[in-house]
This record gives sequence, C-alpha cells and structure tokens, in this order.
Amino acid sequence: MIRYIRWCAYFCAALLVAVLVNVARVQVWESAAYGANPANKRPVIERYAEPRGDILVDGRPVTGSRDSGQLLRYERTYKNGPLYAPVTGFSSQTYGTSFVERAEDRILSGTDPGLSAFPLWYDLARGRPAGGNAVTTIRAATQMAAYTGLAGKRGAVAAVEPATGKILALVSSPSYDPALLSGTGTQVKDAWARLNADPAKPMLNRALRETYPPGSTFKIVTAAAALDAGVVTDVDAPTETPDPYPLPGTSTLLPNAGTGCQDASMADAVQWSCNTVMAKIGVRVGLRGMVEAAERFGFNGDGLRVPSWVSRSNFDTDMSQDQLALSSIGQFNTRATPLQMAMVAAAVANGGELSSPYLVERTTQDDGDQVRRGDQRSLGRAMNPATAMRLQQLMVKVVESGTGRNAAIPGAVVGGKTGTAQHGVGNAGTPYAWFISWAKAEGAPLPAVAVAVVVEDASADRGEISGNLAAAPIARAVMEAALSTR
Amino acid sequence: MTALTAQVAEPAPPPPPDAGAPKRRGVELALLAGAVLISVLGYLYVGIATTGHVPATATRYAGGLAAAALLAHLAVRLRAPYADPLVLPIAVLLNGLGLVLIQRLDATTPAHLTAGDQLVWSGLGMALFVLVVVLLRDHRVLQRYAYLSVAAALVLMLVPVFFPAVNGAHIWIRFAGLSFQPGEFAKILLAVFFAAYLAANRTALALTGRHLFWKLRLLPGRVLGPILAIWLLSVGVLVLERDLGTSLLFFGLFVIMLFTATGRIGWIAIGLLLAGLGAYAVGTFEPHVNSRVDDWLNPFASIDRGEGPGQLAQSLFAFGAGGLLGAGLGHGQSFLIGFAAKSDFILATAGEELGLVGLAAILLLYGLLVARGFRAGLALRDSFGRLLATGLSSIVALQVFVIAGGVTGLIPLTGMAMPFLAQGGSSVVTNWIIVALLIRLSDSARRPRPQSDPRPHSDPRPHSDPHPDAHHNPHPHPHPHPDPRQEGSPA
Repeated sequence: MIRYIRWCAYFCAALLVAVLVNVARVQVWESAAYGANPANKRPVIERYAEPRGDILVDGRPVTGSRDSGQLLRYERTYKNGPLYAPVTGFSSQTYGTSFVERAEDRILSGTDPGLSAFPLWYDLARGRPAGGNAVTTIRAATQMAAYTGLAGKRGAVAAVEPATGKILALVSSPSYDPALLSGTGTQVKDAWARLNADPAKPMLNRALRETYPPGSTFKIVTAAAALDAGVVTDVDAPTETPDPYPLPGTSTLLPNAGTGCQDASMADAVQWSCNTVMAKIGVRVGLRGMVEAAERFGFNGDGLRVPSWVSRSNFDTDMSQDQLALSSIGQFNTRATPLQMAMVAAAVANGGELSSPYLVERTTQDDGDQVRRGDQRSLGRAMNPATAMRLQQLMVKVVESGTGRNAAIPGAVVGGKTGTAQHGVGNAGTPYAWFISWAKAEGAPLPAVAVAVVVEDASADRGEISGNLAAAPIARAVMEAALSTR
Repeated sequence: MTALTAQVAEPAPPPPPDAGAPKRRGVELALLAGAVLISVLGYLYVGIATTGHVPATATRYAGGLAAAALLAHLAVRLRAPYADPLVLPIAVLLNGLGLVLIQRLDATTPAHLTAGDQLVWSGLGMALFVLVVVLLRDHRVLQRYAYLSVAAALVLMLVPVFFPAVNGAHIWIRFAGLSFQPGEFAKILLAVFFAAYLAANRTALALTGRHLFWKLRLLPGRVLGPILAIWLLSVGVLVLERDLGTSLLFFGLFVIMLFTATGRIGWIAIGLLLAGLGAYAVGTFEPHVNSRVDDWLNPFASIDRGEGPGQLAQSLFAFGAGGLLGAGLGHGQSFLIGFAAKSDFILATAGEELGLVGLAAILLLYGLLVARGFRAGLALRDSFGRLLATGLSSIVALQVFVIAGGVTGLIPLTGMAMPFLAQGGSSVVTNWIIVALLIRLSDSARRPRPQSDPRPHSDPRPHSDPHPDAHHNPHPHPHPHPDPRQEGSPA
C-alpha cells in the first residue's frame, strides 16, 4: 500500500505543478494581453483614480477635477467651460477626450514617462506620478474679447502671434460646456445626444475644424502670388480689367460689389475689394503659380497639428480658367479654416515667414518643473519679404481708407482685408462675413497679433460691407486685447 | 513565508530507541506565532489601504485569531503531542489570509459585509477542531461508524434537493437565517466510509471474482454493489443538484482510495471511463454544466458577442493584472468579478493583489499541508488509517486543483470553495475537522511504538514499508491475508 500512497502523492504533486504552471502562464505570459483587452476595465479605473492635471491659461488653471466617488473616480470640471471649449476640448469617462485634453492626455493623466525622473520606479511600485499640466499659449484677454465679440452669433475667431505662431485666441460660437460630458450616467449621455443633435453645432470647433469659402480675404494670397511671380510689378499700375469681367472661356460675367473697379490697379483692387481685377490677376498668374502660392500659405496641407489636427484648407489643383478666376477670389472650391486665414494675415505681418501655429506653450510636472516645450517651427516662406512689405502697405490702406475702417485702432498700425463669401446652392445662403487683419503697436519691431474672424450669420446684405460691419469690430477688439497684454 | 518551510528538511538527531519522532511542539508554537503575525499584519494593511486608518475590528480579529490558535495548540500539545508540527500553523495561516482577503473584499461591498460572519465560522471550526482532537483519542474508532457515516452522508447529500436552488445549484440548506452546504461535511463522512470499506475489502477487490479475459475480472456483487452505488451517487449529485464540483470530488476521491487500497490500474481506467461517460452525458444534456465548458473553451466569447466579460474572463483579467508582484492588498479591482468574488473566486483576489509570488506561496502552503497528510499516511501502520490519511489529503488536493484550475482557466469552472480561504461557513468548519483528523492521524503515525513492536528503530520518514503487506515480493498482487492490525471490519 505504501507504494500506492506514494503514487497518489506524486499525482497530487503533479496537479499542484499543473496549477502553478498555469498560474504563471496567466499572470506573467498572458498578463499584457489581458491588460490590453478592451473589456478589461482596469486601465480605465486606474486612469481616473487620480485627479487629472490641469490646462493653464495665463498661468491659471481653466480646468479642475472632482471626486465623484464612482468607479471612474475623478471627473473633469471646467472653469468657464464654454469660453475655452475649443482649446481644452472635453475629457469624458464616457466619450474620451478631444483637442488639448486628447493631445496632451499622457501628460494630464500622468502616464507620460517624462513626468518622473525614474519612470521605472513607478513601474515597480505600480503607481503613476500625479498628472502634469499643459500650459497653453492662449491669452485670457484675447480669448475673452473674441468670445464676447461673437456672443449670439455663429462664427469663429483665430488669433496668432505672427513671429512665433503662438495661438492667442481660439473661439468657436456657439460653444458648449465640456463639463456636461464629464463622468458617466444618463445625464452625460443625454447631454451628448442633445449637443450632437443641436442644429447650431455647439461642439463643432469652427476655428480649427470647419472650412469656409474665404471670399475676398483670399485676394491677399492672389496678390502675393502675382507679386512673387512678377505678373504684377507695379501695384499702382492700371490692370485694364473690364467691369464686369467675363470669366475666360464662358459667357458668365463676374460683377463687383462696389463701383470704381474698372481698370483699377491692384492696390485699389485690394483696398476696395474688386473681384474683377483680382480674378483676372489670378488667371494671369496661372494655375501652377496660384496653386504653389496657396500651398506656401498652408492650403492643401494635411499635416497641420496645433497639437490637435486642423482641417485641410483647399485650393483646387486642377481647374479650367474660369474656375481659376473664381478660386482666386476665394470662391468656387476654395475653402479655408479661420486658423488658415489667420496664418495668411500672420505671414504678411511677419515679412513673408510663416510660423507654424501652436497651442501648447509647454508641459510641466505637477510641481511646475518643465517636461517639454512647445515647438516653434517655421513652415517656410509664404512670399518674398518685398512682397510682404507691399502687401502690408495695401492692407493698412484697407483699414485706413478702404473697406475695413472698422478695424482701426488709435496708436497702432493695423492692416486688414474684408471678405464676403457666397455659399450654398446658387449662392442662396447668407454670405459669410470675413475679416483678417494684423496689428503692430506704434514703433514696435514685431507685429503683435494676426487675427481671422468669420461670422456665419452676419446679415443678408450682399455688399462688401458685411465683413466690415460684422467681423471687423470683433477683430479690432481681439487686436486691442492682444496689444494691451503684450 | 520562509519561516514555514525552515523546519521541513532539518535532519532529526538520531532518536533513542523507541522514542518515536521528536514532538516538536515548540516549533509548532513558533510557526503559529508567525502565522498569526502575518495574518494580523495583512489585516492592518488592508484596513489602512482601503479606509486610511487602522480598522476598529483589528483587536478583535488579532485577539480572536491568536486565542483560537493558542487553544488549538494547547489541545494538540495535550492530546496529540506527537502530531505533525506543520499542519496546524498552515491551517491557521490559510484561514487568517482568507479572513484578510474577505475583509479586503468587504471594502468593495459595504452593503454586504461578511468578514465578521467568517470570523465566527472560523472560531466555530477551530472549536470543533479542539473538540475532535480532545475527544477522538484513536482514529480507528471511526471504523465502527463506517455505515453510519455513509448513511449520514447520503441524507446530507439528498436534503438540499428539496431546498430552492441558489445560482443554479441545489446545494444549500437554509434554516433560521443560516445557510449550510451539507455536501461539504459529507466529504469527511464519505472518506471515513471509503477508508473503512476498502480496508475491509482490499483483498476481495484485488483478487476475487470471476475471470473474464486478459486481466479483467468480474467482481462478486457483494463488492461491486457499493462501488456502483458510489458511482450512481456521484451522477445523482450531478443531475439532481447540478453540482459538478462535488460530484467530481466524490468520484475522484473514490478512485484514488480504491487505487491506494488495491493498487490496480484497472480500477483507475474503469473509474476514468465511468467518470468520462457521466461527465460527457451531463455536459451534453445539462445546460448549467454545458455553459461552463463553453466558457472554459472560450472565456472571451461573451466579449466578442458584445455582452461584456463573463466571470471567468474577469477572473483571468484579475490574475493578469496581478502580474509577478501583485497590485498590493487593497489596490486591486477584483470586485469586477461580481457576486462570487469572495467565495469561488477568492483566489483571483489573492492573485491580483499578492501577485504570482503570493499566490504561489499560498498554493505551496496547500501543497505542504497535503504532503504532511500523505506523510502521516505513509508512517501509519493500519490500513484504515493509511487510507483515511490518503483520502483526507486527496480531498484537500483535489479541491485546490479543481477550484484553482477552474478560476485560472486550466479546467472548466466548478463551484467549489477554496479550503480555508473562501467565504463560506460550511467549508471552513469542514476543513478544520479535516485538519483535526490529520492531526490525530499524524500523532498516531509518529507516536513511539510499544515495546512489543519488532521495529529496531523508528524513523519519522520510513523509506521501507514496515508493514507485512509490503510489495517487496516480485509477484504483483498483494498478500491475501488481511491486515493483522485491523480492528475488525465494518459490519
């Protein structure tokens, strides 16, 4: 019997070994795969187990964290949520993250290895460092000016610092409070459904993700292309353009909104926003030249990150002459985000050099030690410095004595360009009112700000004046705020 | 943990003749102190990790555990002085760790606290341990109650059928607000009956019967009857109570003890064949069992179907999250497993919070306990005692395998309680009685023999079988004459 008892003991030992081997397989070998399984709630629980780091504007947090006592414990709160929604985006237990909340998520949630000097220590201790902060380039005053200017209207404002590319204001109206989406439960789901069903699209970030026909503001790009290509050498020379201008190869006549555009010079055409002259100049530059110029300003680029992705602004690369004529005055298939048009104004103000716009100045640890700096990059030359100088003069004239007088600021040099963009089937929609501009304090070496404003529901007035009436005052308020906070 | 294994391999000084094994009660006391200390520290740690302060029940827990351990130790010291010194400390440590884990899981279910109840049940179990050690002076007494045991076991097994099912299994008796699983206690009774029955019928089982062909023989009905009855009982438990685990355990226990008694591989083959038939039939026709098998084959199927992870998937996630070192007590999320986290899936909490290291330590503690049981069986000199020690050790080993294998996806999951760790009064009480019997058996095994014993010296670890039944002879069947030490057959 002894022998059989031993055999039983060996059998039980074999069972134990089998269990131990299997446990080792599950806990070590399969551990990573189980952890990555989307049905495994642990990573999510861990993610929300600590307060999230904050997003800062002017050194003050515009976000916070609230202990909900739920399974996904800390929920995001927002101070002044609607004001900063296009910047921060939302951080939701139910719907994930967007914009800076998404782009800097690793920092904010504390998973970025740069947050601790000894990341391995946290691997061993199974903890994670406290969430770090993201310091934005936004200035509260500029943002507030843009937000109040757009109050009650649909539209967007993008303001950048021309020399650096820092985004000073990013506003989309109407806005929403991202705090509505924080956490879990029916309230969050209802808010999500309501916001997404809202015809006013409050969750759409119009400044980065909506493209509009830029209308007459695009004439700055056309003028730069003409000057760079040598098609126009003297901005004050008459251009022999009929009014109205028959689109090449068609019997369609292109009219002007105002008078006095016949044979006008390019300077006058910019100052008074003559469609006929600029359409003809675009045709003379030719498709290749126009496409290259537009792409130098950032059109047709897919890869712009600020650090959130920005919708592609379009300038068609394959068109007939009449389509090119329309595209050159910002109609047909030409489309631009407000940020893209701010970049156009910034390139002019910055002497032709185009800085890549960015939103995150730097990321820091919880205690303020820097993790990374936002990268100031140049996107290259949009135009020659001489061209930029000429365009600056033309744009200043627009504000001094042209279509953009509402943007004038005493004690500052301001250049601008109005735009009224037709859209909709048969151009039936209410025209979009545009204004792009830049401002430089008297005697300052560098321009302070470049801004693009678009107002979707300005008025049914089809004149070139709506850009001046609806959009220019908002641009002026933003520029004043930027000048005063330098 | 290392303290627990420090004394195992220490070579004993050559004892004086007829002195028996050294008593080693001091070692037991030291190990008990260690076991209580580890449990109390774990308890404090859980309290601080989950609530931020030392739990109010800490003194009650520490005092209760220490007092119970001390009483148990005194009972062993007075009534079973030669007992194996490892058995009691391992049981106390496992029970203490179980209380720690349940206390930790209570923090996630504030509406349903169970640690207090479990502490009371543990106290009751240890009281019964003391009672068994004190009152049962010789394990051979149990042989007389073999048929009473099996009758009681049958009654205990059948009663729950008339009670409502809980989670699809009829294994509970409810009265006066308490629920009790009689199947737990029936395990011991059956082990006693098997041991007595097999000790009496060894030779008949091994040798008699009409020869059929090759080496197979048809057994006489007198012998075959009980065997078929046991098999039917297992299937009956499975069908009537939907309790795959208990059914497997009974059958496995029977096959193991049958093999130990007769040494016939044929029995194992027949046993496995019958078990396979029964399991296949039930697995095919019984949806409750069938779904368990499906879940085992593909634990993540429900995720792919979009229904979220099932219990086994959640259990695997918990083990995986533990990794090598674990998340630390109070820092895991094993509550995601759901309602059975404290009972069937308590190992998942151990795995997640103590890691592979802690889980392996717990499993090795079980292995050590089982090994000490087998060691007692090897050293005993009566067939009944040997079979009983083998049976009781196998019960623990099979339970640990079935439940640990089940929750880690090694075998299909069957509802069964992890001895000492899992929440459940019946289980804790039953396992303390098993430990009490092992203490009694190991005391008998290591006790110095009377002078009439022909052995020249006693060896705590016999390498040769001192028993006349030893198979040093080349012919393969055991001796036909019965065991001279046997105190009469069950009648």
